[in-house]
Amino acid sequence: MFDNFPLWPDRASTAAGNVDALFIFLLIVSGLMTLLIFTAVFYFAARYRSRRGVLAEQIEGSTPLELTWSIIPLFVFLVIFAWGAVVYFKSRTPPRDSTEIYVVAKQWMWKLEHAEGQREINELHVPVGRDVKLIMTSQDVIHSFFVPAFRMKQDVLPGRYTVAWFQATKPGTYHLFCAEYCGTQHSGMIGSIVVMEPAQYEAWMSGGTTGPLSATGEKIFAELGCVTCHRTDTQGRGPNLQGVFGKPVLLESGLTVIADENYIRESILDPGAKIVKGFKPVMPTFQGLVSEEQLNALVAYVKSLSQPVAAGTKTAAAAPQDTNKATGSQVQ
Amino acid sequence: MSMATATAQPVERENYLNKHYGVGSWLFTTDHKRIALLYLISITFFFFIGGFFALLIRLELLTPASDLVQADTYNKLFTMHGMVMVFFFLIPSIPAVLGNFLVPMMIGAKDLAFPRINLLSWYLYIIGGVMMLHCMLTGGVDTGWTFYTPFSTAFTNTKIVEAGLAIFVAGFSSILTGLNFVVTIHRMRAPGMTWSRLPLFIWAHYATSIIQILGTPVIAITIVLVAVERTLHLGIFDPKLGGDPLLFQHLFWFYSHPAVYIMILPSMGVVTEIIACFSRKRIFGYSFVAFSSIAIAVFGFLVWAHHMFVAGISVYAALVFSLLSYAVAVPSAVKVFNWTATLYKGSIHYDAPMLYAFGFIGLFTMGGLTGLFLAALGIDVHVTDTYFVVAHFHYIMVGGALMGYLGGMHFWWPKISGRLYPESWARLAALIVFLGFNLTFFPQFVLGYLGMPRRYADYSHMPEFQVLNVLSTAGATVLGVGYLLPMLYFLWSMRYGKPAPDNPWNAAGLEWKTPSPPTTFNFEEEPVVTWEAYNYEELDAPHKEEVPVVR
Repeated sequence: MFDNFPLWPDRASTAAGNVDALFIFLLIVSGLMTLLIFTAVFYFAARYRSRRGVLAEQIEGSTPLELTWSIIPLFVFLVIFAWGAVVYFKSRTPPRDSTEIYVVAKQWMWKLEHAEGQREINELHVPVGRDVKLIMTSQDVIHSFFVPAFRMKQDVLPGRYTVAWFQATKPGTYHLFCAEYCGTQHSGMIGSIVVMEPAQYEAWMSGGTTGPLSATGEKIFAELGCVTCHRTDTQGRGPNLQGVFGKPVLLESGLTVIADENYIRESILDPGAKIVKGFKPVMPTFQGLVSEEQLNALVAYVKSLSQPVAAGTKTAAAAPQDTNKATGSQVQ
Repeated sequence: MSMATATAQPVERENYLNKHYGVGSWLFTTDHKRIALLYLISITFFFFIGGFFALLIRLELLTPASDLVQADTYNKLFTMHGMVMVFFFLIPSIPAVLGNFLVPMMIGAKDLAFPRINLLSWYLYIIGGVMMLHCMLTGGVDTGWTFYTPFSTAFTNTKIVEAGLAIFVAGFSSILTGLNFVVTIHRMRAPGMTWSRLPLFIWAHYATSIIQILGTPVIAITIVLVAVERTLHLGIFDPKLGGDPLLFQHLFWFYSHPAVYIMILPSMGVVTEIIACFSRKRIFGYSFVAFSSIAIAVFGFLVWAHHMFVAGISVYAALVFSLLSYAVAVPSAVKVFNWTATLYKGSIHYDAPMLYAFGFIGLFTMGGLTGLFLAALGIDVHVTDTYFVVAHFHYIMVGGALMGYLGGMHFWWPKISGRLYPESWARLAALIVFLGFNLTFFPQFVLGYLGMPRRYADYSHMPEFQVLNVLSTAGATVLGVGYLLPMLYFLWSMRYGKPAPDNPWNAAGLEWKTPSPPTTFNFEEEPVVTWEAYNYEELDAPHKEEVPVVR
């Protein structure tokens, strides 16, 4: 009747060990605290049970004791806080040169697009040992991308990108869950992450594709006429987008923003929000005119304009190719 | 104590229960004790409705497939279980029943400061409750009790606005109760009842009232904004209309996190009274226990975004909220240590209220410690929105708040009803509740760490979760029995229970200086307090001959 009965989840990413270590530490700390309190309660309850002729001894309290059991727990809590913060900070900071995958969530499926152009639904193939950055958005309500074996979870919001990353360490097939309640088939919005050895992965990647995502983006860029204003010289009515991604951009308002994925997205959907210094707010909005997938392709294209070699996004042999995001903002 | 009575039964002295008869005498009463009973009946009704939903949820999860109910029905079940239990049972539970009954008596007052506002608050609760019932009977809601946008404002086609308005109205009931307590505690203490002589139950209710007054308006505003966006399509939370969905989460948790303290603080107050009485001792570190309640109320307002660590808030905001969450854990820990220290060199009696208090300490400790896991940013990423969270907050809100409520109901039942409940049944029920509770919710910690997300109607692709779910459902059955028992024997005792003496436990506290049941204005003459709370050195052990107990 019962297929199996695990008591500990698979550990299949570089983050999993960090989370488990802290979790085990907390199990020990709270086990000791529970033992201390339960022992004291049981011992006192038995030792000082009411007996004829024995009266309770009235004790007012003790400030030194109160301070002891305030300060020691506080100190322990601060250790847990700091440890938790370090683990969290790591899990929120995608390494440079990660392989990028665009995730579009909708009621009730996951659509995943590799930078190389492969598209998947409810299934994601990734190689062992490579940093994978997920750039995620939702078409409708809030979802949450949760892979227990990677100890990784990030809500996926409509109207913006959120980012998560992982590096898989063990080949296998792992659960992908939607963890934020999203309507009727919430529990059906599940899938799997297939972690493969690099060689197998290369074989899988060589399957049919429509070409890299950035190439799709370039086509859309031309079709929508973006190219007429965003020219590759300085004469366009819109800013030249070469080398913009990841760099600071000075705005009309005097503020500076880092041109990250969310900024590019906003500039397409709500162009008037952050006007680049020296330009006029003449660009029409593309809200409702481009799908989330097309947006992702456009973002991927703009990003590819900041890569030194035009051949860009062939990350297959990733290591030697510097994707030049040294100045990129990874703060999400 | 017997005042001259004109009734036909000279043996029964006049009290708040028999002074007036008839439905009108209850529906138009301004007596805080009668209003407390009105609340008792109403919240018990909602408790069993919420419990019925919980039973169906557990039955559905017995098997991985969504076979007992469809996904849509399941989604409505957990939504309405949450809404009913949170807004119509837990939040009013101890304050509106035990607090209403006891706050005036404990400080030596005849009634609350605003008796008619007190009655109004019950009517608001009933209006909200009827709206909620109507909403549930005509389709219900499927957003989860958290109403997250934009699902609630733009995608679901269930009765969001009606449910929201029901909670909106019930919220005013909560605000008025809090307001009444604050004014009463400030203005109506008997001569000599200084702040440092107040029972800690009063301190706990004072802290609770502050949260009710300051927090509840925020959820009211949030509900209005949801209703406005849903009906008028004003872009507040929906990004398609230019809104921000995270703004909703901030507003929602700004109330709903402190709301947890509305549930747990009064329970802590109850447990403090019980432990002092059955240890025959003053509370260890009175002022630390008192101020820890205030500290929890204050810090409780500063930790809301710890519900949002994976929601898309900035890393730095997350750091701040994590740190503050540990700050609020300190006063909670201080309370547990003080209760434990109170037992030291006491003269401990194991009557049913004390068993519930022991149960409270155990379950609250486990609930609190698992809160440390969730406040740790790195772990929260993995366990948030899983059964780990479900288990954690049930340990606090059911294990903690409900154990305290049941303990308090047993402790003060002789005062409320004038009858003694059957002690051995009560001890049995306390044991069943404790065991059933742990069997229900402990497996859910494991499920959560394994990664089972909450709010899943169907887990047929994850059969590895079934064993733990079966355990949990089995536990829920046991727990259900544990909750039914007290209701049955309380009802039984109203007719067949032995008449209670005025102070069956020989407990300290002004409420025990009134007759059982008390007269309408509690005290024949205004008491003058010349002693500190918990002066157990001056009191004998509980009346053994009147509470026959097999030892």
